[in-house]
Order: sequence, then structure tokens, then C-alpha cells
Amino acid sequence: MTSEFLGLDPKTVLLMGPLLAGTLCLLVPRISALVGLLGTITSVGGAVGLLAAVANDGPITTQLAGWTPPLGIALYADGLSVFMIAMTALIGAAVGLFSVGAWGMFATANDTATRLSGRTYFWPLWMMLLAGLNALYLTTDIFNLFVTLEIIGLTAVALTALAGSRTSLHAALRYLIMGLVGSLLILLGVDYLYSAFGRVDMSGLHVGEAPVPATIALLIVLAGLAIKAAVFPLHFWMPDAHSSATAPASAILSALVVKAALYMAMRLWLILAPDTQALPVLFGMMGAGAILFGSFQAFRTRRLKMLVAYSTVAQVGLITLVFATTGTIDAETAWRGAVYLMLAHAIAKAAMFLAAGRLIDELGHDRIAGLRRLPNSAKPAAFAFGIAAVSLIGLPPSAGFVGKWLLLEGMITGQIWVLVAVVMLSTVLSTAYMMRVVGRFLRREATPTDQSDASGYWRLGDGVAIGLALGALFLGLGSAQPLALIEIGMPMPAAALTETAVPELTDGADS
Amino acid sequence: MTPDIIYAFTGIGLIGMGLYRLAVSTQALWQIVAVNVISVGVGSILIASAYRGSGTAADPVPQAFVLTGIVVLVATTAAALCLVRRIDELADTDDI
Repeated sequence: MTSEFLGLDPKTVLLMGPLLAGTLCLLVPRISALVGLLGTITSVGGAVGLLAAVANDGPITTQLAGWTPPLGIALYADGLSVFMIAMTALIGAAVGLFSVGAWGMFATANDTATRLSGRTYFWPLWMMLLAGLNALYLTTDIFNLFVTLEIIGLTAVALTALAGSRTSLHAALRYLIMGLVGSLLILLGVDYLYSAFGRVDMSGLHVGEAPVPATIALLIVLAGLAIKAAVFPLHFWMPDAHSSATAPASAILSALVVKAALYMAMRLWLILAPDTQALPVLFGMMGAGAILFGSFQAFRTRRLKMLVAYSTVAQVGLITLVFATTGTIDAETAWRGAVYLMLAHAIAKAAMFLAAGRLIDELGHDRIAGLRRLPNSAKPAAFAFGIAAVSLIGLPPSAGFVGKWLLLEGMITGQIWVLVAVVMLSTVLSTAYMMRVVGRFLRREATPTDQSDASGYWRLGDGVAIGLALGALFLGLGSAQPLALIEIGMPMPAAALTETAVPELTDGADS
Repeated sequence: MTPDIIYAFTGIGLIGMGLYRLAVSTQALWQIVAVNVISVGVGSILIASAYRGSGTAADPVPQAFVLTGIVVLVATTAAALCLVRRIDELADTDDI
């Protein structure tokens, strides 16, 4: 045991905390919000504990019940998984606060049905989802990957349906069916991987042996993950689902759920990437297609939340481009950039969906054309949206800038000029569609004079959205520590070309 | 032709039929049935991959995969049917 959090292993806290809280939320719905908030705080504590432990001692492996792989199942935390867990905990805490602001903590006299159902059902679903996400980031077992993705998928569908409108129910149903197809592909691929290697723990998967069956299996799993991560052209279920959900659910779906599948695809690709030229080209085309199509749709749509959702399609495409750098000399820098972009996008997109939620609350609609006339009460949210847009576009000093910079640096050193051009183009396009919204906020005539009274007070949700947006803006300045963190134990492609291709999963094993 | 080949090709055929039906149907119920057919196909392939020749016991690990897959499928189908019912209820109230 290398580190403890209140006498517990932080991994236990991360897995069992949300699971217990979620169950308790269902059992005692009256205090659902309180229990959920406690679960969120516990998860933040566990993430901090694990972060400290990994930063001090390097990667940590826990063998469950003392059984070693391939027979047993190990939980493994290295820099990358802790990075993702910390990101999840941070955004989870922010979204938690937002939903307390939106739906309240306890029953009050003027409770509406929306507030009641939001408060009662959001928390158990979010807690279960959080447990699934934490488990996914800690797993080294590819079959557990399927199981954890299933937990994430089912709760994410339920969160989509939480809005209760027909649009959201239709979107949830489509999400569920497409997610199930993705899961079945992953299951099939996992079985092929098992046939090729005879084991299901990642430390037993090697690039060298059984290249052809392993590559087929990897492609099947990646196709499944691409559906779940909404990678173009398999993104079609996503904009409806993300735009029709409630604001906290949209933020979680877009910031965290999509990243979970991307993370898994990255992990598996770094371990199993075959030595071919064709696949990187394919990924490059998918990424470029996502950027063009997502930006085009974001430019065309009339609805604010739809714009934000299509921007996710484009941004996921941008991150997918990193798969196309495989085999070039400075792919490592590009990978670090892509991981940082995941963080930047997660924070900025969560801020943006929360801000959009607040704007819709105040305006009563989400037509982009109607954004010129803002009541005073909507201005903090508009400010948050603008700041988040700065990070999404990738202007300095935002986290998005650092991520894009590293990605570009890797591509320039590797002399993949087509991809460099695509990344540049994505910046121009994202500026264009974001200016549709931000430009309207900046117009002078935007101020109606009839609401100069006390309606301009701040809500908790505004504060949360602005806090997240500012976090994304200034995370570019303090990027050294997070970037150092993701290198701890990470199987970077530079290392994958040499003999020690497989991450050493036995480092720092307990007991 | 060994039994595992028969199972594997049946599985591939079922997946193909299911994917086709999923792509061309607009009815939610059809889509749910189509996904179920796909999953039966995936299950057949998994079972076929467990085959280790006659006289030898089958590999239990893929069989465990199939069991988990069935559990997931049952739960997901139930959730999907609930969603369909709810959409129907909402449609009914809209008509009135």
C-alpha cells in the first residue's frame, strides 16, 4: 500500500464512493442531492490522493484479492489515467454545483416538477456514471473495458432522457441503440483479442506476436469505440443527444463520456498499433472529415446547443488526428498535445454547455438569431460562453492553445504538412462558428433598457460556468505539471518503437 | 466443415442481416429487434471461437463473455423498450 486517503486506498474511494452514493441516492431520494454532492466530494478526494501517490511513487498496480493477471484482475493507475480521473473529478464537482444551483438541494415550497425530477434522478445516474468512468480509467482488463463502457453507456442514455421531452427521448433511444451496436463490436473485438493472445489483461497484449488477427481485432474494437466517441462518420447520433439533454447532463456527456471512449482507443492503439501506413491515413481522413463536417453544421445550425454539440464533433476530429501521427519521429509530442486537448476541450465544453443552459433559462429560447437582446441576468452566462470559446478556438494563453501547439509541433517535426494544414483550418473554422454567437454578444445594441432593475443578480450556475471557463483559459499558463503528469508510466509511441513496447504493469505493485 | 465454422458463418450472416435491418428501418421496435439479432450473431461467433476441436472441452472464457453479453443485452433491451413506451405515451397525450 503506497498511499492512503483517510485510511483507504484512493482507488477504492474512487470506485466504491460513487457506487455507494448512487445506491443511497436511489434508496433515500429525498436527500439525493446531498448524498450525490458528498459522493462527488469523495471522488475529488480520491482523485487528489491518487494524484499525489502517482506523482510521488510512479504507476501503482493493485491486484484485486491478490490474484495476479492473467487469472486475476488488476487496477492500474499511471499518469494518464490519473490525469483523466482528476479531470473527471474536477468537472464532476463543477457540474454538481451547477445542478444544485439549477434544481436545488432539498424540497422547497415553490418546487416545480422539473426541479424535483432533476434533483431526484440526476444524482443517482451521475454517481453510477462517475463510478463507471473511474473504473474505466483504472482498468487494465479489456473485458472490463466492455463492462465499464456499458455502465457508462446506460447511465449516459438515462441522463439524456432525463430532460423528458420527446426530442430528448428519441435522441436517447437512438443513442442507446447505436451505443449497443458499438458495445457489440467491442465485445466481438475483445473476443478476437483473446483468441489472438490468450489473455485479456493489457500487459499480455504485444505488438509483435499474432499481428494480423490482433490488427483485425483492434480495428473492430476501435470501430466500436468510434461510435461511442462520436468520431466522424459515426457521430450521427450525438448532436441530437447532446443538445436535447438538460444542461448538466449535456456538459457531462460532451466533456466526459465522449472522452472515456477516446481514452480507451488511445490506450489500445498505443499498445497494439500495427506497423502500417494505411491506418494513420484513414484516421487522418476521419479527423479531417469531422472537422469539416462538424464546423459546417455548427455554422449552419440555428440553435445554440446544436452549435455547441457540432463543435464537439469537430473537436473530437481534431483529437483523432493524433492517431494519424503514428510512426512519425515526434509523435510523442503530438500525443501529449492530444491528451492536453482532451482536458482543454472537456473543461471549455462543460463551461460552454452550462453557460448555454443558463442563457436558455434566462432567454427562454436557444435561437442564435435571438442572442442579440440579452437581459442583464443572462450576461454572466454570455461572458462565460465567450471565455470558453477562447479556449475552444485555441487562443493563447488557454489550455486549448497549449494542446494545439504541441499537436502542431509534433506534426511539423514529423513533416505531415497535410495534417498541419487541417489543424490550422480547424482553428479558422472554429473561430468562424464561435463568432456567430460571441459576435452577437459583443454588439452594442444588445442591451435592452427595460430590465435595468435587480434582475441582474448572479446565480450559482453563472459562477460555476465562469469558473470553469477561466480555468480553461488559464490552464495554458500552468501546463507544465499536468504535462509532466501524463508522462508517468505512459506508453508513448517513441518508446513503443523500441523493445519495451508494453507498459510495465507490475511496477509498484502492492503486497 | 467443423461445427465452429458453421457457427461462425451463421454469426456473420446474422450480424449482416441485423445491420441491414437497422440501417433501413425507421421504426424503433424494428431497430431494437435488429440489434438483438446482431447480438445473437456476435454471440454465435464468440461461442465458435471457444471451440477447441471435438473431444476437448470448450474454452470457458469466451462463454463467460457471451453470458455477460446476454445480461447486458437484456438490460439494454429493457431500457430501450421503456423509452419506446414513454415516447408512445407522450405521443398519445399530444394527440389529445
